Parts: sequence; structure tokens; C-alpha cells
Amino acid sequence: MGEPAAREVVIEVQGLRFRYASGQREALAGVDLTVRRGEFIGITGPSGAGKSTLCLCLKGLIPAGEISGRIAVAGQAVTRQSAFVESSALVFQDPETQIIGLTVAEDVAFGPENLKRDPDEIRAAIPQALALVRLDGSEAAETYQLSGGQKQRLAIAGALVLDPQILILDEPTSELDPVGKDEVFEVIAALRRERDVTVVMVEHAAEHLAEMADRIVVMDDGRIVDQGSPARLYRNAAIFHRPDGERAPQIAQVMYELVREGLVEETEFTAREEEAVRLLKSLLSRARDRLPSHGGGRPIGER
Amino acid sequence: MAEVGQSVSGEPAIEVDDVRFRYAASGPEVLHGVSLRIEQGEYLALIGQNGGGKTTLAKHFNGLLKPVTGFVRTMGADTRTASVAQLARTVGYVYQNPDHQIFAQKVRTEVAFGPGNLKLGPQEIERRVDEALRLVGLREYADDFAFSLGRGLRQKLAVASVLAMAPPVLVVDEPTTGLDLQGSRSILDLLGAWNADGRTIVVVTHDLALVAERVPRTVVIADGHIVADGPTRRVLSDTGVLDRAFLRPPQVTRVAQRLGEFGVAADVMTVTELHAELRRAMGM
Repeated sequence: MGEPAAREVVIEVQGLRFRYASGQREALAGVDLTVRRGEFIGITGPSGAGKSTLCLCLKGLIPAGEISGRIAVAGQAVTRQSAFVESSALVFQDPETQIIGLTVAEDVAFGPENLKRDPDEIRAAIPQALALVRLDGSEAAETYQLSGGQKQRLAIAGALVLDPQILILDEPTSELDPVGKDEVFEVIAALRRERDVTVVMVEHAAEHLAEMADRIVVMDDGRIVDQGSPARLYRNAAIFHRPDGERAPQIAQVMYELVREGLVEETEFTAREEEAVRLLKSLLSRARDRLPSHGGGRPIGER
Repeated sequence: MAEVGQSVSGEPAIEVDDVRFRYAASGPEVLHGVSLRIEQGEYLALIGQNGGGKTTLAKHFNGLLKPVTGFVRTMGADTRTASVAQLARTVGYVYQNPDHQIFAQKVRTEVAFGPGNLKLGPQEIERRVDEALRLVGLREYADDFAFSLGRGLRQKLAVASVLAMAPPVLVVDEPTTGLDLQGSRSILDLLGAWNADGRTIVVVTHDLALVAERVPRTVVIADGHIVADGPTRRVLSDTGVLDRAFLRPPQVTRVAQRLGEFGVAADVMTVTELHAELRRAMGM
């Protein structure tokens, strides 16, 4: 992961266990996680793995139940008593349920007003937050008229206006269409460039995670079962390359087969589209030089 | 799975003829003269950007919305004049958000509600409830509280409630939203099995990779117009059409299309197909 490894730890979770008041089993069964400043961590795994519970705990919104272990965010211990963690912001899955204001500006102002921030400061911060999510100039727009992607970007602006160091997003794109999904990922990429925000994102969109995340964490049954760079993680056969496995990017699935057959070196494995296309082009042109010319390119549908 | 355009009996399952629709008399038109014919026994995906009109069109299939001009016939019944009871028996509709549909306390009560309205005997209702819960894998949850289930299980419960009505036509709106891969696949497998029994399935979705794997016919709707309709392979490899609808082909299709100079086919739909095409192009 190069550079981020040298930076300071902003999230430290040790031996975290949690059981909901009504739950039969532990939602978190011993989680250890370290996140450094500026990192983009993707969290994936099946429904019920504990991903959302972990997000809530990181934000200090610890649900009713039994908790043990240690959480520190930006050097501050997170406990039930320290309910509000100002250094982090949390964005949820459904954009409809987290928008409160009638207009875009009112919605963004809601958080800082609640924290009794100075009104002049709030007025100044709104356009900046909106620019970060590419909603510049839409202060007066009525929130109910926004598209799903715009609503989710507005929810992110509502989080950013509090100037958090850490942005936690719980499946922020799962209700969005492909365009809305791309918009949210583009905004997050820009935030990292412009604000050096640390991002922890629960997400099923493996192809987007592979392109953008520094590290991907897989959870199952309340535990972290593997973590690593996309290029390392998506090679894990026990998690991704079996029937009923987790979703890996399609190109990583193809790469996995080519590695297994010895057609691609293990060190060349990639889960990213551009790298894969480059690799495949060089592989195919070498093969073409070796082979006599052959007919091809007929659509599969017509064979 | 049924071939595209194959008709099991003469009458189409759904016939949409030049339908125009607006939500309010003074509001903008959202369907601009849509025509579509779905034969009995077909398995069809309706894809398009949010706000493009796909859910609006799907809600015409069971008469939830009525055309301003044009007509919709569902198993021969004109939705403008057919009774709600008749349409409810013909078309099952699973909503995008299961919580908009679930209202009963217990899982079993929720699933029994629809068949109860069909005036079936208690034994038949029980049989249908058990069968529907078994099909979606919720049998062991029959006596649980509906809202205590996780999102994926609530989605399956919504599907079970509609299956218990045993409608000949099933419309499922975004069945994979908020589900993990296993959940998504198991819902689509279930719809495939239901289709293999001769029922007509329409699935409204953004998940083009799963459509490419499972659904034989695809209709693309953009800005209130149908912009493509045909075999899934042809539609999903047509980048021009998908661009117009703000959709992207599956990743394997995109990659294959950039390797055309090496003889890789441009209409690759699945991981298995791209892998086979690469091997072929390498002379394996």
C-alpha cells in the first residue's frame, strides 16, 4: 500500500465484540482493524456479517446490547458515554431517510446548526460542502426533486459540512442506478484528493471497490476473514472463487482462471479493468505473433 | 428457459399498445407512446436509468397505473375495465422496497393474506403458504415476526407473499437491491424455476451482470421510450443503446469489446464466455 502505511493510525479497533439486546448470536465476534490517515477501506461480505454494526460502533452510535473490546477514533476512545464522535461522519444506505431539509441549503445546515456552530460560518461552509459533492449552486433546489444519486451526494455534503476527518459510508450506492453509483464514487475520489479524507465504505460493488480502495476487508459471521489490496484479496479462492462465493469483479474472476491455468503469472494478477486490458493485450499480441492467422471475432450469438 | 418471442398459447401475457402516461393532468408526460408484447412463458428484463419510466411501465401491467391514451391487456383483460380482483389474480407484483409491502406481524400471516383474499379453503391456503415459504427458503421463519427478519429475508418474504397467490404473470421490481450476491442469485434462480413452470416473469433491474447470466430477453427504456428490445446478448452488447439509457454493459463485455483487434467477440456476456474467448484467441 506504499505511502499510507507510513501515516498515523486514525481508527483502531481491538477485540471488538457486540451482541444486540435481542440477538441470539454475536453480531461482532472479535474484530481487530487498524486504519491509517488517508486510506480508503472497503468492507464487504454477506448480509448479517456485522458490517453495519461495525459502522455504527465506529461512529459512536452503539446500539442497545453488550459490548466489549476497544475502539479509538482519531485518538479518542469511543464508548457508550462518548456518544457523539465529531471526527467522523456516517452516511447510510437509503438517501430518502437521511434528508431532512426542504431545500438543499437547509439540509446541509441541519447538522452544524444542531451543534450550535456560528451562523456566518455555516453560511460560508454550505457552498464549499456542495462544491465537494458537485452540487454547486443548487442551494435553493427542493430536496424532493433530486435524483437518487443527487440525494446521496447531498447526504454526503451534510456529513462533510462538519469537516470530519473520517467518512464512514454504509452501502451508500445500493439504492442507486449505475449513473448514481458512478457519481458517488467520483465524489469520494475527489474528496480524497482535495480533503485527504479517510474513507471506510461498506459496499457490494466489487468492480468499483477494486478500482478505488487501498484495502478491502471481508467480514463474515462477525469476524474479519481476510483483508488486503484488491490484487491480493480477490485471489482468495476460499472467499471468491467457489460456488456461492462472494462477488469479485468479473475481470478478477477471469484473471483467476488464467492464473490457475498458468497463462498469467501469479504476480501479474489484477482486479482492475485498465491493468487487465493492458495485460490481456500484451498476452494476446504475443500469442498472435506465435500463431498462424485465424478467423475470429464472429459474435458468440451467431456461432 | 423460453426462447425469445415463443408463445405458449396464442394470447400474449401482456400487450401494451401505444401507451402514453402522465402522473398529473398538468404534469410532464413520462411514457411517450410505448408498445410492447410479452408472450406467455417469457422471462424478460426491463432495464433503464432511474426516472426513465421502467417502474411506471411495470405498474401498468397490473393496472396499478392506467394509460392516459393507448391500452394495456393482461392475459387478454383490458386494465382500464378489468376488476382489481381479476388483475390481482393474474399479475403478482413484488415491490422494490419490501417494507412497502409487508404489513402483517408474523411471516405466516403475511404470506396467507393474498390467498385468503382469493377465497380459497383453509387447507389450500396452508398448502400454498408452506409451498411459497419453502420455495424462498423461509420455512423455518414461518412463526417469526416479519420485521425482525434482515433485509434479504424480508425481500424473500415479499416474493413469497406474491408466489402464494400463484399468479400466471409475476413482475418483480429491483429484486436484488440491498442483497448480497448469494441473495441476488437465489432470488433470480427462484424466478428462473418459476419461469420453467411456464409462468411469465418480468424483472425490473439495474444489475446487468445478473441479467446477462440469467434472462433471455431484455427491453431498454429511456426517457419514456423503448430504445431496444431483443435477445439479451444483442441488447447488452449494443453500447450505443446502453449509452443512450445511461447504462454500461457488464465488465466482461466492456473488456471483450476493447480486445476486438485480437478476434475476441464483442457480445461476450459472462465470465465463462470471456475466459473461453481469450483461450480461443490465444490458440488454446
